[in-house]
Amino acid sequence: MDLTLKIWRQEGPQTKGEMKSYPIAGVEEDMSFLEMLDYLNEQLIDQGIEPVVFDHDCREGICGMCSLFINGEAHGPSRKITTCQLHMREFKDGDTIYIEPFRAKAFPIVKDLMVDRSAFDRIQRAGGFISVNTSGNTIDANAIPVPKEDADKAFDAATCIGCGACVATCKNSSAMLFASAKISQFSLLPQGQPEAKERVLNMVNQMDLEGFGNCTNTGACEVECPKGISLENIARMNRDYLLASLSSNK
Amino acid sequence: MSSTSKGLFGSSLARKYWMAVTGLFLCTFLVGHLFGNLQLFVLGEEGRLAFNAYGHFMTTFPLVKILSYLTYISILLHTVDGIMLARQNRAARPVGYVKEKQSVNASWASRKMALLGILTLFFIIVHMKSFWYEMHFGVLGKDSNGNKDLWTLTVTAFEQWWYATFYVVAIIGLAFHLSHGAQSAFQTLGVNHPKYTPIIKNVMTAFAWLIPAGFIAVAVFLYVAQPGQNL
Repeated sequence: MDLTLKIWRQEGPQTKGEMKSYPIAGVEEDMSFLEMLDYLNEQLIDQGIEPVVFDHDCREGICGMCSLFINGEAHGPSRKITTCQLHMREFKDGDTIYIEPFRAKAFPIVKDLMVDRSAFDRIQRAGGFISVNTSGNTIDANAIPVPKEDADKAFDAATCIGCGACVATCKNSSAMLFASAKISQFSLLPQGQPEAKERVLNMVNQMDLEGFGNCTNTGACEVECPKGISLENIARMNRDYLLASLSSNK
Repeated sequence: MSSTSKGLFGSSLARKYWMAVTGLFLCTFLVGHLFGNLQLFVLGEEGRLAFNAYGHFMTTFPLVKILSYLTYISILLHTVDGIMLARQNRAARPVGYVKEKQSVNASWASRKMALLGILTLFFIIVHMKSFWYEMHFGVLGKDSNGNKDLWTLTVTAFEQWWYATFYVVAIIGLAFHLSHGAQSAFQTLGVNHPKYTPIIKNVMTAFAWLIPAGFIAVAVFLYVAQPGQNL
């Protein structure tokens, strides 16, 4: 199929970017979206044009590295997939496809379509962990009884791959779905309890410091999340933060 | 790492708690206001005297006065907090998308809360000038019981087509604001439960449309009946 790609080109973090148009012919429907971009880049290199920079790594939907805002949606038109899992059969011959980077003040552009999502790492570092003894006398995790339902919910929350689609799609660039998933995966389990209060206070604080927006409960994040992380996690974070704020000594 | 929490003031979550709490309080105010308005369905001198007696009670009874001040504070807090949130949200995305399909994953009302809120605030200002200001500080005639004649002021306002139209349009805007806000306040306060959330959503959605429908019914009735002309 023949397509017209409109791609955001930006030299570096400080330079001004713009949308540029690239016609591309001979795209096959079983190419993944990233393979289509590889195919474009091969042609650009042949023509002596600087190839388009975009993020990617595992290309099997588990690493969260590929981003892209495709035709007005994070990870493109399909649901519960990352961009590497999007295939060109979702488009048709003659289509114009808009490809933009994830947009948020907290996700500065590195170059072209590549953004810096290390704000997520800093939120995680602020409290997304449990302190356990690893000096040889560790207790088997299964020795502590956990209700099946809680274990399942914690697991669901832990499937968040930190791709940032929630931030990209949120009209406020809010990171609440990510932060709440990373808080919930611990707060639902007995191992997460000792640090529960401090965790939610510190991670929310870091989220605010990074310059993400607030939650309007539009629910767009849940729809666009490749892992189907539930809004229930945001409510849990709201609840935990409220109770922790009321009972915290700080 | 960061250890001092902003707690219940200043953090992004706290700002939302205040929006939710003041918003829900204002929802209860709407119920009270509507019950007052329903008295306007009683026509003639009987309706006039009853409505004016009610107006006198609402502006003088101490407990109601406390609720009034809470309502003023809630409107102010909800407005100031809302503006601060909207500004932060705008700043969180300095460069927007060239192509963005917001309608595929979120309802219109949920995306336009700030706009609908500002429209509602504008309506509240006009509405308070029309009735609240006149009742407290204006020169109003008295009815045969010696109460300020708020009834005549009210019904003559709604006999004008443009005032009734403005009111109906503003209340429809409020309905959309409530259609998202009234149920989403619970999510903000952390209430999300597989058993109760569907009930909350249904009840609050019904609230969001039925209460405004009540206000509109009174306004349309007054415009059609023209009770001020028939005294």
